[in-house]
Amino acid sequence: MATTHFIVHDRTDTVGVIVVDGGVKKGEQLTGWVMEGDGTVKIKAADDIPLGHKIALKDLKKGETVLKYGYDIGKAVAAIGKGRHVHVQNLKTKRW
Amino acid sequence: MANIKRRDIGFMGYRRENGRVGVRNHVVILPLDDLSNAACEAVANNIKGTLALPHAYGRLQFGEDLELHFRTLIGTGASPNVAACVVIGIEPGWTKRVVDGIARTGKPVAGFAIEGKGDLQTIADASRTAARFLQDASEKQRERCRLDELWVSTKCGESDTTSGLASCPTVGNLIDKLDPLGATTCFGETTELTGAETVCADRAATPAVRKKFMQAFGAYQEVVERHKTSDLSDSQPTKGNIAGGLTTIEEKAFGNLAKIGHRTKYIDVLKPAEEPKKGPGLYFMDTSSAAAECVTLQAAAGFVVHLFPTGQGNVIGNPIEPVIKLTANPKTARTMSEHVDLDVSGILRREMTLDQAGDALIDITLRTCNGRLTCAEVLGHREFVMTKLYQSA
Repeated sequence: MATTHFIVHDRTDTVGVIVVDGGVKKGEQLTGWVMEGDGTVKIKAADDIPLGHKIALKDLKKGETVLKYGYDIGKAVAAIGKGRHVHVQNLKTKRW
Repeated sequence: MANIKRRDIGFMGYRRENGRVGVRNHVVILPLDDLSNAACEAVANNIKGTLALPHAYGRLQFGEDLELHFRTLIGTGASPNVAACVVIGIEPGWTKRVVDGIARTGKPVAGFAIEGKGDLQTIADASRTAARFLQDASEKQRERCRLDELWVSTKCGESDTTSGLASCPTVGNLIDKLDPLGATTCFGETTELTGAETVCADRAATPAVRKKFMQAFGAYQEVVERHKTSDLSDSQPTKGNIAGGLTTIEEKAFGNLAKIGHRTKYIDVLKPAEEPKKGPGLYFMDTSSAAAECVTLQAAAGFVVHLFPTGQGNVIGNPIEPVIKLTANPKTARTMSEHVDLDVSGILRREMTLDQAGDALIDITLRTCNGRLTCAEVLGHREFVMTKLYQSA
């Protein structure tokens, strides 16, 4: 089986998780596995992204809700381009 | 590999006087209070093979906090993983309260008080009793026990995104398989369900249980609101969580909740360290999300084996309840292998299905119940941490 670079929980998710030990490099062509429905998605990394960190699957506007597991996991606090690294610099909780 | 469809699979455990089944055979030297730690440690040093459980509390606590203190100590001594217990306290009154609570199980238990005698005489007296308890315990034999006699708790720690992808769902797969076979199981971590609380509430077996969960959840949110100095983002998610790629509490919560699988409903909500009373099934316990506090409370409620998914590599153990660690993070499995009982990183490489990972976890769980030592046990991790609800008087 070809390398799975990232995994997506749910078809509606707007982020995936890098699962390659050592992470991925900017410009790398990535293959993702969508667990729900056993689908495949391809995307180009727009940042270096470490193992376990998230990649944007679409362009996200500032203020937009980010979906993972099919659920709201917070909001984008800056515009995030497709393929970019999504983490504490651009995603924040709506709680506490 | 365990064939989980067979109802006759089981394990070799210790059947106790009250009918409960343990998977370890400890003789515990239990301090009532901080002042009695030194005497307990001296007894455990005298009598090789006994286990002292020093802790920081037990003086001038009151109200619900004091009740929790007693519930935790009595529950620890009463655990089916404990063959016999020596209790030492600074004074006889509260010491007797703990002894009497443990004695209800029918197991050997004796109390000693330090005031009026001093440490040395107390240590001598308690050591003689501990020696007898330990020799008697060493003759206890394991016997065949059924899965519906097994109590399993779970809590995850130093989670990262691989926890939500694979190691927590592996525990969920086990719970979905063992629940129909009559196992008693428990999850907790009230604050770490923030963001996923309504999804968790929907997993309650009845509207009354749902209401009880939402009350426990709401009460913990009030604690957070009352004491927080910023938005809590410095501790939830933890620095380790963030290094591992988890960004928000909501993201962490959905990964955490994967530990209860897809089908299993929880049948009651327990107070911290409260023993389940509704028979086999899944229970939610209102606990802190700090690893050692949560596991200590679950062990005190009578759970005998613990499943602990980790991402970045939490190293926790518990003195009386063996803690089985699993990880799906390939880097953690590689760099911290001495802490990892089960590596399920193959799920992320699509070399292993969740169903296979669940079976592998059942297999290592039953082997641990049969007597196989966990990584945490061989490394000497014995984190015994009492939960304190508020200031002492």
